[in-house]
Amino acid sequence: MKLSEKAEEILEALWIATEEEGENAAHFQTLGVGPGDDGLCELDRLAYIDIRGERVYLRQEGREEAKMTVRRHRLAERLMMDVLDIKGASGDAKACEFEHLLHQGVDTKICTLLNHPTTCPHGKPIPPGKCCLEAQARGEAGVVPLTEVNAGQQGEIAYLSVTDPKKMQKLMSLGVLPGNQLRLARTFPAYVFTVGNSEFAIDEDLAREIFIRKI
Amino acid sequence: MAAVDKGNETPRIVLVGSPNVGKSSLFNELTGTYTTVSNYPGTSVEISRGHCDIAGIRYEVLDTPGMYSLMPISEEEKVARDILLNETPHVVIHVIDARNVERMLPMTLQLVEAGLPMMLVINIMDEAERLGIRIDFPALRERLGIPVIAAATARRRGLQEIRQAIGNQDFDIGTPFSYSPDLEDDIREISSCFHGKYRLSRRSLALLLLQKDQHIQELVSDGEAQLAEPLMECVKKVAFARRSDLHLHISLERKRITRNLLSGALTQEEGRKPSLSDRLSSLTMNPWTGFPFLLATLYFGLYKFVGGFGAGTVVDFLESTLFESYLIPWLIDLGDRFLPWYWLHELLVGEYGIFTLAIRYAVAIVLPIVGTFFLAFSIIEDTGYFPRLAMLVDRIFKNIGLNGRAVIPLVLGFGCDTMATIVTRTLETVRERIIATVLLALAIPCSAQLGVILGLLSSVPGALAVWTLSMVLVFLLIGLLAARLVPGEQPMFYMEIPPLRMPQLRNVITKTLTRMQWYFVEIFPLFIIASVLLWAGKLSGALSWVVKGMEPVMTMLGLPSQAAAAFIFGFFRRDFGAAGLYDMQTSGLLTPVQLTVAAVTLTLFVPCVAQFLVMNKERGWKVSFGIFIFVTLLAFAVGWLLNKVLLFTAVLS
Repeated sequence: MKLSEKAEEILEALWIATEEEGENAAHFQTLGVGPGDDGLCELDRLAYIDIRGERVYLRQEGREEAKMTVRRHRLAERLMMDVLDIKGASGDAKACEFEHLLHQGVDTKICTLLNHPTTCPHGKPIPPGKCCLEAQARGEAGVVPLTEVNAGQQGEIAYLSVTDPKKMQKLMSLGVLPGNQLRLARTFPAYVFTVGNSEFAIDEDLAREIFIRKI
Repeated sequence: MAAVDKGNETPRIVLVGSPNVGKSSLFNELTGTYTTVSNYPGTSVEISRGHCDIAGIRYEVLDTPGMYSLMPISEEEKVARDILLNETPHVVIHVIDARNVERMLPMTLQLVEAGLPMMLVINIMDEAERLGIRIDFPALRERLGIPVIAAATARRRGLQEIRQAIGNQDFDIGTPFSYSPDLEDDIREISSCFHGKYRLSRRSLALLLLQKDQHIQELVSDGEAQLAEPLMECVKKVAFARRSDLHLHISLERKRITRNLLSGALTQEEGRKPSLSDRLSSLTMNPWTGFPFLLATLYFGLYKFVGGFGAGTVVDFLESTLFESYLIPWLIDLGDRFLPWYWLHELLVGEYGIFTLAIRYAVAIVLPIVGTFFLAFSIIEDTGYFPRLAMLVDRIFKNIGLNGRAVIPLVLGFGCDTMATIVTRTLETVRERIIATVLLALAIPCSAQLGVILGLLSSVPGALAVWTLSMVLVFLLIGLLAARLVPGEQPMFYMEIPPLRMPQLRNVITKTLTRMQWYFVEIFPLFIIASVLLWAGKLSGALSWVVKGMEPVMTMLGLPSQAAAAFIFGFFRRDFGAAGLYDMQTSGLLTPVQLTVAAVTLTLFVPCVAQFLVMNKERGWKVSFGIFIFVTLLAFAVGWLLNKVLLFTAVLS
């Protein structure tokens, strides 16, 4: 049974309020709904939520669905930013439309394509799906942007998603090439890493465009 | 383009390579002349030329700015590449860093591919050996097909071999290595469309055209004339077919070739322990320890050494003892006796005389301050600290529209703003260059001025704090505004961090002397001119007229009318102005508030003549006049405001 878009939005907001912001419930205002809202009624019918006065509680029955809605939204954001290269507000808006299409295994495929990302572009966690847990169990190495590697870790440069050809050229002439080993020394105030016997410092914007296969 | 001819001109040796691999130090060793050797990228913005004699033949040696590949990105790289496009070399010596052979060899491949007579110098062998790197030179020589020499130019290793190789060889053109078959097909297709004659090989030009190198496009359009059309069509077709990954594909192919070349010929021991220098390096980059380290460096390097020793001890000795007590009275006495003509007496030993003003200022006040600054700067530079500083302040600098890289010209500005304005060239975008130029013109006092102002304000408690606070506020305010108002792309930061080294005495002395020499040659004549102009102004009465014209402005700032002269002097030399205030201060003409207001206004006020001329040269008339007017208005506005605030709050009264 597929939820309406409106219901999905409500579930998502409810999950964020109760799971990530430490509330026990969300007020109508937070969810942006009125008492007779269609989406709200729909969720109420499915017994995903309880409505007491003007506050909405997430029931145990609705948790799994809510978690997956949030997951789809954040996967959509990652897709917009990393693959389709649509950033900023327009990326967020497109992700909001796109998330509702990620059903029936499409989310799994996208998650696999993106190599099971753990955070959205805004740094919020993406709840892991079955595919993520399976990949983890198989011990697959993840490809992540340099911004998600911890200081002291090393890995192999997987690819560069740099769009500006000058930047690309610069990085390549510095030896930042796919296949080369990289060791990250620090992440603040700038990213400092070694490739070969040379040390480099780059800013966060550039670090986001270098993808590392962790070892 | 002219046909390639070797003629009977002096044969040329061209040094090329990435920044910071020891090109300049090799140049110095070959020619016996000195260019600045640095431990940060981007110091050689100009080409140095020198000569050397090997086996009775005289060669011209050219040192080029650092370049990472044959396809230039920055201005300096373009300068370096132009040499290869325009000069006919006897040999191109590619200097690379032994610790990073794998990274730098791809450029050797490009140079061989370009059909240039080549020699490869693998430098900094001493440090590489310490890292456990072993290189099989005979194997590399054989595989590359060009002379390959091991060197450590800073330790004078390998120089004999390099000289010998230059003298012995008539350099053959190496054979280019093959890329993957599909790429080779494309290169062949494009190369077959060429008809003109060029200094670089068609193969190399074809690859550069494919990568959309604009300069090469123009060059080839000229070279092919009416035949350019089909060639460009062909290039467009191939470039489109490979639009997704051409750069990367070429780089990966070069990497593959490099790996093959080095397999078995280069080995490195694993598991090296971090050295003391590594640990110190990470301390300078950690904000918690890095900023205290920076403050300590500023305190000891700038305040204690330049301010205390240079502007204090040395100036005191030269100015008060040598000049004031002996030289000047002696000269004035001579003038009184032998120069009956008033105008000549005034010109040489009068109030604004060449000896009494220009030479005294230049030698006794400015030179010690600038000299000690350059010495401190050179020591810090030689250790490789500046790239670490750049990395540390990058986030802060992003807010003022610059990136960490700009720290080098801005710090150099505390030595000499004129020199620093030239160095803004190393910044990548026009936007950053403009912002850095404005900040240098406005809020960064040069060491000479700084020295005099420190001396001036230290006698009044609190004045120095007010002055520092005003400067920092203006710097940040204008930076924040500029970041929002100056159009252009956001800066991006990336920088290679060279290892921390013990500064080498010879290097430091060379650098300091070169900079002092530059300073003296460029600036000294301006002292004389300033003094002559002031003299002419005094005799003709024009000076008092200009001073009168400035009086209302002075009144507005709450300053005595005599201060106008200091501001007019300030344009000739920043420190002239400050020194003018010094005279007024010692004769008790200024209250603490007036002194502070005058010092702040004067520091912000227009750059000196030399800096203004360099601004014109680097940024063009329109921009530099704009900056000039803006800075002048802002300086007086800040002065006016400060005067009101100080009087109102009674901070210094």
